Amino acid sequence: MLESFKSKLAEWAEEYLESISDPLLTRRLEKLQANLNEYGVDPFGFDPTMVKYAAPFVYFFYKHYFRVQTFGIENVPAGRVMLIGNHSGQIPVDAAMIIAAMLIDADPPRMVRSMVERWVPSLPLLSYLFLRWGQIVGTRENSKRLLEMDEAILAFPEGVRGINKPFSDRYQLQEFGLGFMRLAMMTNTPVVPVACIGAEEQTINLYNARGLGKLFGMPGLPITPLTPIVGPLAILPLPTRYRLYFGKPMIFEGNPDDEDSVIQKHVNRVKGTISRMIHDGIKQRQHVFW
Amino acid sequence: MTRPTGNKKGERTRAGRKGRSSTARKKMKDPIVITGISGNLGRLITKELHTEHSIIGIDQRPFRNKPKDVVHHQIDVRRRKAEDIFRANSVRALIHLGLVHRISPEQKNYRNFNTLGTIKLLEYCQKYDVRKVVLLSTAQVYGALPENSNFLSEDAPLVAQPGYPEMSALIEWDMYAQSFFWKHPDIETIILRPVHVVGPRVRNAASNYLRLKHPVTLFGFDPMIQLLHEMDLVEAIMLSLEPGRRGVFNIVGPGQVPLSRALEELGREPIPVPHPLAEIMIKRLWKLGLSGFPPGELPNLRYQCVVDGSRAKSVLGFRPRYSLRDTIRSVLG
Repeated sequence: MLESFKSKLAEWAEEYLESISDPLLTRRLEKLQANLNEYGVDPFGFDPTMVKYAAPFVYFFYKHYFRVQTFGIENVPAGRVMLIGNHSGQIPVDAAMIIAAMLIDADPPRMVRSMVERWVPSLPLLSYLFLRWGQIVGTRENSKRLLEMDEAILAFPEGVRGINKPFSDRYQLQEFGLGFMRLAMMTNTPVVPVACIGAEEQTINLYNARGLGKLFGMPGLPITPLTPIVGPLAILPLPTRYRLYFGKPMIFEGNPDDEDSVIQKHVNRVKGTISRMIHDGIKQRQHVFW
Repeated sequence: MTRPTGNKKGERTRAGRKGRSSTARKKMKDPIVITGISGNLGRLITKELHTEHSIIGIDQRPFRNKPKDVVHHQIDVRRRKAEDIFRANSVRALIHLGLVHRISPEQKNYRNFNTLGTIKLLEYCQKYDVRKVVLLSTAQVYGALPENSNFLSEDAPLVAQPGYPEMSALIEWDMYAQSFFWKHPDIETIILRPVHVVGPRVRNAASNYLRLKHPVTLFGFDPMIQLLHEMDLVEAIMLSLEPGRRGVFNIVGPGQVPLSRALEELGREPIPVPHPLAEIMIKRLWKLGLSGFPPGELPNLRYQCVVDGSRAKSVLGFRPRYSLRDTIRSVLG
């Protein structure tokens, strides 16, 4: 009985997905290249057929909720590449939108592998879904291996410092980690700076309840003006308009094992570029929501 | 100063013998000692080796259907008599398989057996100039952890999860083997870390689990798993015996697959259980002796421990012969 119920559910989900998904999107997903084995997964656990289930929802958020505009996506070169962006918004919607942009607006469509926080594999469901959707745990070995396989990876060197920052610090870049630069130099990977505008206003974080966040195994729990009304749902983003700016690829040469101060100079160049792109982007936009 | 010359001479004579054996198909006189020979893997290796090499087996268990030309001593390796074997023969190589991997609650002294047995054996090797030692560890020593990289190489740290003493005992054993490797550069020590070995006659935790009609899985978790066919492991051990090869090697089968798809392939109907509940349940049942599933294996149902086998490929020349589907289906017998 359970089996028949399950298959019914699957059938229903299939029909529903077909009704809402864009045929253009389906065609694009079919074009995705992956190194699959006889069980339909790649060595990292990526399963393009599972993307099909998530894609219509991401597509809805991409096209209708955040109404993402991309600029300069043709700057992303083929082959190995590292997308480096500003991180914000309390929940990593910015990562999802950058990945979606590379699937929906880039030609050919590309699966960007983002570096997921190390505590995510201990959460039920998400633990394997993120893998099936082509994302991986953010360890140095993983990113190195992917780059050597000529994949595109997405990293936010600000990490938790960026995503959890209060509303008053919006568009203020936090300290960048140095790891990504050493990796880029080690693997000769071009770095594409990405400025994400809109995510920084999606959640109005007034105070970060660190202790409360710890209870859920998260690095922090934001308190917003909506928290008294809708409780934990206040973490959900407002429909701000997203603008994604992709910069020209930057190539760094030198010894990846140089001292921090040398690496820091390279990192500052990337950070400065992103900062400038953010600045220009904000100047160009007329309104947060449209 | 005497050591290096002795070493060279030994190598030369060995090479000479090897040449003869390949032309005339004559048996090599110097024996290979295999501990734990009566086990499934021991018997398979004996079958491969005994026509060309003389074999001495050490195992407390009887060796059923033993080939006539194999000498078997039914003794404990910690006993004096085991040392006598090394003293009386000029042993060419040791293949140490005599470890208790399948720990059941009654076997409290497995730790003593594994560690002390190995310490003794390696002492004999040193004392009686055994030039090749093959030690069988497992890829589980890396531990299944949430922050694991997708492909762990041989130099990844060995991490035991708290609360699973069997795993830390295994790590302790592996570390001991490694220190032996570093301390004795004149002995060709090979430590193999195979992923979960499966096969028609294998009775380890992974194979038994895959044979269950209704295996317990953890709700919301579906790690990637790696399996290795027993005959592929035999092949890896054969390759390790070739002169000049030493080091630590992960032995990986034909790729990785989500646990759920492996169970699907076998036609199983898994029962998903929330992980906090499963943890309590499996520990209790194990303590009471009602389940054969060691609690130390539980993290393998939750997190992945996927290892990189590229070193074995490039140095040993190891390539699995069984396909992923055949490897999974091999538990069906």
